Amino acid sequence: MNFFHIISELEKVDADVHERLEHISRRSMFNTLGKKVSALAIPAVLAASLQKAYAATPGAIDILNFALTLEYLEDDFYKAGLAAANLIPASDKPIFQQISKHESAHVALLKSALGAKAIAKPTFDVTGKGAFADVLTNYKTYAIVSHALEDTGVRAYKGQAGNLMTAEDKPLLQTALQIHSVEARHASMVRRLLNAKGFVPGAKGWITLNQGTPAAVYAGDDNLTQAGVNLTGLAGKSNEAISEAFDEPLTKDQVLAIATPFIKS
Amino acid sequence: METPNLGSSPLVRSKDESVKSVDRRNFLRSAGLTTVAGAVFLAGCDNDDDMNPSPTSVDLGSGDTGILNYAYALEQLEAAFYTQVVATPYSGITDAEKTLLTDIRDHEIIHRDFLKAALGTNAIGNLEVNFTSIDFTKRDSVLGAAKLFEDTGVAAYNGAGRLLTNGTNLLVAGKIVSVEARHAAAIRDLLSPNSASFAGDDIVNSNGLDHATAPADILAAVKPYVKTTITASKLPTA
Repeated sequence: MNFFHIISELEKVDADVHERLEHISRRSMFNTLGKKVSALAIPAVLAASLQKAYAATPGAIDILNFALTLEYLEDDFYKAGLAAANLIPASDKPIFQQISKHESAHVALLKSALGAKAIAKPTFDVTGKGAFADVLTNYKTYAIVSHALEDTGVRAYKGQAGNLMTAEDKPLLQTALQIHSVEARHASMVRRLLNAKGFVPGAKGWITLNQGTPAAVYAGDDNLTQAGVNLTGLAGKSNEAISEAFDEPLTKDQVLAIATPFIKS
Repeated sequence: METPNLGSSPLVRSKDESVKSVDRRNFLRSAGLTTVAGAVFLAGCDNDDDMNPSPTSVDLGSGDTGILNYAYALEQLEAAFYTQVVATPYSGITDAEKTLLTDIRDHEIIHRDFLKAALGTNAIGNLEVNFTSIDFTKRDSVLGAAKLFEDTGVAAYNGAGRLLTNGTNLLVAGKIVSVEARHAAAIRDLLSPNSASFAGDDIVNSNGLDHATAPADILAAVKPYVKTTITASKLPTA
C-alpha cells in the first residue's frame, strides 16, 4: 500500500489535504503505522487523523473557536498597528512583524482545523471601546495592549489544555501547546520592550506576582501553591521568584471578560 | 506566612509506574569519580544531599511519574547550568544581563525543587552534569548554550504534554513550559537584539507552532551535557 498514493487520491477530494496533514506529526503517524496497523488499515488511520485535524469532539470545537476568537483579535490588532503611520518605530518593526505573522498563521491553522465549523471573524474595536483610545497613535498604549493580549493568550490556552485530554483530542492538545509557547515568547519580548522603552520601568519577560495592567489579565497569577504543594520558602526563594516560575491559567469566562470590550459585534 | 509543605503532594501517579532504585554499588563507586575535571556536581535541596548523592544511572520510570522525572531531569540540568553562569559570570556581562540570568537561575531551581517535592520518593537521584563543552568565560558560548537549553525545554514540555494522563500534571507542565518559552525569547533577544529571533523562523514553523519533541529525541540531544546515564525505556510514547 502506497501512503503517498493515498494522499494524492485525497487531494482529488480535498485540495487542502497537505495543509491539514501538517498538523499531524509525520513521525507519530509512521510509528503508529509501523507498530500497530496492518497495511490494509492505513486508509482508516489516515481518515481518523484527518478527522482529528478537523477537531473531533464538540468540546474541542468549542475550545478551538474560543482560541480562534482570540487569534482573530490578535491578528487584527497587529495588522492595524503595523498599518498605522508613525506608531511602531522602525527599529521595533521586526518584532511586531514576526508576532503578526504568527497570529495570522494561528488564525489560518485554527480555521483549517475547524473547517466549516469555524466561527466568522467578529468586528473588533482595538481601542477596547475607548479604554485604550490612543492605541493606534501612542506607541506606549499600543505596547501595553499588546503585552496584555499576549499574556491573556498564554493564560487562555493553558486554561483549556486539560479539556483536550481525550485520545481523540490529543493531537489538538499538542497543537494548542505549540501555539501556547509561541504566545509566551511574544509576551516575553513585548514585556521586555516595555522596560527598554521606559513605558513600564522594571517590567520583565515573566509575570511577577499579579503585577500588570489591566489587572484582570494578571488576576491570580500570584499563586504559590502548585499541584497541592505550597511552595512558600522553596529553595529559599522569594514569593516574587516563585510566582514568576509558574504562569497561571485563566478560565474561559475570565478571558471572555477581558476580550469582550474589544469585540464590536 | 504559611508553613511550607514540601513533603507530600497529591499528584496522581499511574499504577504501573516503577522507578528503578539506584544501583548501590555503582553509586558508591561513583562517589570516587565525581572529582573528574570539568564535571559539576549537582546539588538538590541542601538538607537532602547526604541522602541523594549522584548515581551513575537513573531510570525515569513509567506513566506520569516517568514524564515528571523526565521534566525533573531537564530542570536539574538547567538549574545547574545557570547556577554556574551566575557563579562565574562571563567576561563583559552587564548588570541587566546578570539580573536576567539570576532570575532564570532562580526559576529553574524552583522548577527543580518543586518537581522533586512533587515526586517525593519516586524522584530520581541527582544528575551529574558535564559542561566541559561550554566556555563559561565567553558570552556567546554561555548564551548559545542557554538558548539551546531553553528551546529544548520548550520542545520537551510541548512533546510530553500529550503523554500525561492526569490533568493536574498537565496543568503544572503547562505552567512551567510558558515560563521556559519566556526565557527562550529573552535569551534569544540578548543574542540578537530587537530582531525576529525571540520567536525566529528557526524555531517557530510556518503554521506559527513551536517545536514539540519526543522524550527520546530530547534525551539524545542533552546527552552530551549529562554524565549520569538516563534510562527512559518505560516512558509512555503515545
